[in-house]
Amino acid sequence: MIWVDTIIQGILLGGLYALFAAGLSLVFGIMRLVNLAHGDLIVMGAYLILLLVTLLGLPPFLAAAVAMPVMFCLGWALQKFLLNRTLGDDILPPLLVTFGLSIALQNALLETFSADSQRLPTSALTTASVQAGPISLGVMPLLTFASAVLVIIALNQLFYRTELGRAFRATSDDATTASLMGIKPANIFATATGIALVIVTIAALYLGLRANFDPNIGPARLIYAFEAVIIGGLGSLWGTLLGGIIIGVAQTIGAAVNPEWQILAGHIAFLLVLLVRPRGLFPRAND
Amino acid sequence: MAYSVTTQTPASRIASIAGLILIIALVALPFFAGRGPIQDMFFILTMLVLAQFWNLLAGYGGLVSIGQQAFVGMGAYALFGVVILLGLDPVPSILLAGVAALIIAVPTAFFAFRLNGAYFAIGTWVIAEVVRLLVAQWKTLGGGTGTSLPRSATKDMWFVEIIEETLGVRSAAARDILAYWLALVLALATIGGIYWLLRTRRGLALAAVRDNMEAAKSVGVDAARMKWMVFLTSAFGTGIAGGLIYMQKARISPDAAFSVTDWTAYVIFIVVIGGIGTIEGPIVGVLVFFALQSLLADFGSWYLMTLGVLAIAIMLIAPRGLWGLFSERTGIQLFPIRRTLRGGKLSETKE
Repeated sequence: MIWVDTIIQGILLGGLYALFAAGLSLVFGIMRLVNLAHGDLIVMGAYLILLLVTLLGLPPFLAAAVAMPVMFCLGWALQKFLLNRTLGDDILPPLLVTFGLSIALQNALLETFSADSQRLPTSALTTASVQAGPISLGVMPLLTFASAVLVIIALNQLFYRTELGRAFRATSDDATTASLMGIKPANIFATATGIALVIVTIAALYLGLRANFDPNIGPARLIYAFEAVIIGGLGSLWGTLLGGIIIGVAQTIGAAVNPEWQILAGHIAFLLVLLVRPRGLFPRAND
Repeated sequence: MAYSVTTQTPASRIASIAGLILIIALVALPFFAGRGPIQDMFFILTMLVLAQFWNLLAGYGGLVSIGQQAFVGMGAYALFGVVILLGLDPVPSILLAGVAALIIAVPTAFFAFRLNGAYFAIGTWVIAEVVRLLVAQWKTLGGGTGTSLPRSATKDMWFVEIIEETLGVRSAAARDILAYWLALVLALATIGGIYWLLRTRRGLALAAVRDNMEAAKSVGVDAARMKWMVFLTSAFGTGIAGGLIYMQKARISPDAAFSVTDWTAYVIFIVVIGGIGTIEGPIVGVLVFFALQSLLADFGSWYLMTLGVLAIAIMLIAPRGLWGLFSERTGIQLFPIRRTLRGGKLSETKE
């Protein structure tokens, strides 16, 4: 029975990793840009929520709702004024600029908030659990997983049912031709990064409620997100969710065997998938 | 007059004479400099070696790796392993550090080459994390807390006694001088070796793959083989540098030896600031880096923030770095690799 429990906890943890990864997957899918500062942006989001909670006394969920438009504008500006200049055939500029951004952001957070680990205030809701037969499930992990599924459904709806989604797909396929049809790729890219940072805010909320965070944990979140995206196959959002689940289950099983093996087990699961299916489980046809 | 094909330019000839004088001065440095400057120079030279190898990977091979710390750490741990467990002398063990890095580079490349471009970068990082976590399980070398080189091994190290006697210094200072001279040899061999490589047929093939992989393939360049060659060479050199750095430190822990900031972030900043894709770039970069570090050492995280912002600014404004700016304005290249035709009727120069 303990194994069933471990696997279910792993699946729920996978929801958190899918939330980390969804923004990364979205940005890569539309503009082939890998943002190495993604993990640090998640941590920054968590600090922003914490700031709203402590300064204005808002409950965490409301604080996240307030942080979302702020993060959207930040992502929009980041893409419009910085990252758009790096896009092109050469892969070096976007990689090196986002890597520079990652280091700068990490140290800016360190300077502002110190290296002490922080946590969003917990309430009755965050510690509650429900009993499903012999297994006890935390309400927070369930909520995290449900949010991940909702985010992915929402993104799919956005992509395939709205005008903006059509513009996203057109720009992703061929930015030059799309611009002939009156689409401004620079603005589309800026909007996409803005949306990615809204998802980052949701991820940051659950990161902060679930465990302690400090300015240095960004790169590890980037790595989990990246592993989930690669396992799922580039550009497939449901694949990203499955990728997150695989990493989550591998980590909880690893931790059940030996606590020191938790992170290692996740990485090894990733390498095994890479060995068997180099393009991930649900690869897009053209990439 | 016969035709001749040469890569030399007047500037490169002056540079080679100046370089020779500089090398003699650097070799003689321990005879008149104190222990502080020797340790600073050791740091500069080893960072220069790491930067040259990362530049070979990213600047010439187009392979942006964020996992170089895997080879630094593996080299360092291999050195500690053979010294502590087999009782070998640390100096020859440095070569084994390179071999160990080479051995883990083969599976790393096998996995990482399945990923393209930006994903290759994070893939190498994941593998470096795996190596760090595995090494932290190695209990005989101290596990997660690390270990030190035994005093007996560092005291009787090759050459230390001779240096003590000839220079009249204590054992600790003699070890620093030995490490400095080894770093100097390594740096010169690295720069010389990379310069030689770039001037051979393989170097031409490498530049062709970097500029346009499809075009290079169409004229018969084996692009996949070039990637493997560059990756393995760079891993070997990085492993040797890692072994040497930790021989001098004489104390190791997984978090320090596999630090992404110390062994990859700094190195990337050095190359980007100096100028990616040139041999001169990392040399300029490491000097700027050292100057910034000395200036901002007291400001903690502001220092890394400045480096990050500086790297972003350089990438946007002058993607070829400081040396690229200088070279564009003046046309000066200290390590020219472009072949020019001299002599005969075509020549306008009086040679």
